[in-house]
Amino acid sequence: MELRELYQEIILDHGKSPRNKGRCDQFNRDAKGHNPLCGDKVHIFLKLNKEMKVEDLSFEGEGCAISLASASILTETIKGKDLNVAKKIISDFLDMIKNEVKISVNSLSDDQKTTIMSLSGVKQFPMRVKCATMVWHTLTMALEGKND
Amino acid sequence: MNIKDVKNYFPIFNQKINGKPLVYLDSANSSQKPKSVIDRMVRFYETEYSNVGRGVHSLAVKSTNSFEKTRDKVKKYINAIFREEIIFTKGATESINLVATTYGDKFINKGDEILITELEHHSNYVPWNFVREKKGAIIKFAPVNENGEVEIDEIKKLINDKTKIIAVTHLSNVTGAIMPIKKIVEIAAKKNIPVLVDGTQGAPHLEIDMQDLGCDFYAISCHKMYGPNGLGILYAKKKWLEVLPPYQGGGGMIDEVKKENITYAELPAKFEPGTMQTAEVVSFSEALNFIESIGIKKILEHENNLMEYALEKLKKNNSVNIVGNPKNKGSVICFTMKGIHPHDIATILDDDGVAIRAGHHCCQILHDKLGLTATARASFGVYNSKDDIDTLCKAIDNCKKVFNI
Repeated sequence: MELRELYQEIILDHGKSPRNKGRCDQFNRDAKGHNPLCGDKVHIFLKLNKEMKVEDLSFEGEGCAISLASASILTETIKGKDLNVAKKIISDFLDMIKNEVKISVNSLSDDQKTTIMSLSGVKQFPMRVKCATMVWHTLTMALEGKND
Repeated sequence: MNIKDVKNYFPIFNQKINGKPLVYLDSANSSQKPKSVIDRMVRFYETEYSNVGRGVHSLAVKSTNSFEKTRDKVKKYINAIFREEIIFTKGATESINLVATTYGDKFINKGDEILITELEHHSNYVPWNFVREKKGAIIKFAPVNENGEVEIDEIKKLINDKTKIIAVTHLSNVTGAIMPIKKIVEIAAKKNIPVLVDGTQGAPHLEIDMQDLGCDFYAISCHKMYGPNGLGILYAKKKWLEVLPPYQGGGGMIDEVKKENITYAELPAKFEPGTMQTAEVVSFSEALNFIESIGIKKILEHENNLMEYALEKLKKNNSVNIVGNPKNKGSVICFTMKGIHPHDIATILDDDGVAIRAGHHCCQILHDKLGLTATARASFGVYNSKDDIDTLCKAIDNCKKVFNI
């Protein structure tokens, strides 16, 4: 197990200064995620417009570097995407964590793919997988309009 | 037994964790097991095993005798008056649930009050919440002060004619605060209020004498006392066990079963339904033998020395914030670090072979009160040494390196 694979610069950066933190204006969907074992919490806010595009996306929450980085990277990646593309990215992400599958969504730039892939180090730390995945499950709930 | 050699009696330390020697600082979560306990379990299964209290064949007699000998040993260790005051359960959690359910059913009614503290582990709050929901009772929380301890006056203030039971921890698994149980019992006795003590952390790390403490109920977790997993003890004064209804029904706890009516067994069988944890109970004797071979006083002295040493070193580290500063403190240190979440601390420490726990430690009420979502916790056992603390402190410095702080 390599600690540096888990705590890469990019993760430390997002963990320390998470992007899109707070409640975005005019959100029309939100969902809460909670890890009862550790007490970490996340609250996703998003604005889905008439064209079914994620116009705005943000989060509130407290947690470890991995969970904050994951939330931050998620908002940067999904913001501006169509609903269907967003769902594909989520399923690719969860697949990557579970099965080492590479991110295949065409509409992501190589940089974005590298950023998302930086979270894959969590695979080697089974007890920490939920830290990385919880916010992605929460986003699914928000997209489907399921509150909490 | 010399305390310096103790580690050699624990086979778990014969291995490397991530290529480093194991530094186990998670004994408040669960303690490791000496070889004598493990060997006893194996020997029991290999040569004595049978169900207890039922058969008449030779093995049944052997296992029943060994099982009941442990009850006698526990009675002596905690200084109970009667052997039937010792009830084996699956853990301290079940011990508290047993009391909350049976005492709650019989003695707590709408508007009655249950007095607990903000220090309590979920296992000494959630069972009382069941009583609150079922009976319409009220739970009052004696507040913690800024040192992470509960002052006796805060408990005094909350006692009134509606108070039906006081349930408090002996030793907080977060701040390490040791509660003044004798004083609480003294105050409660004036109003005939029974006192339950959650001894999950107290039993392994303090001298426990039921006659000295005077409490009505004392819950013990055997796996935190160098004993086997899946076993707990409820000590209860005989007068309570006689009047409380059975907790669970099944074989072994009955006297006579008819279609119209059932009568229940005498104590302690009344509270021990079904097949018990036979090998666990039998081998718990060896855990007590182990503690006695060193002496609980020596163990306490050793753990307190380690704690003082660790506190001194950690306080010098500017990035570390110790949670709570109680006057009487047991072998637990919870801490946070600037800019590093406790989960990240625990993962990075593990890389250096150091096992600690991170989270709310099943004390969300306390963490909310302290304004924290999680803390990192190092807790000590008889097998720890100053070298372990030095490794811990180095590993903490490594957290800063990993996080570029």
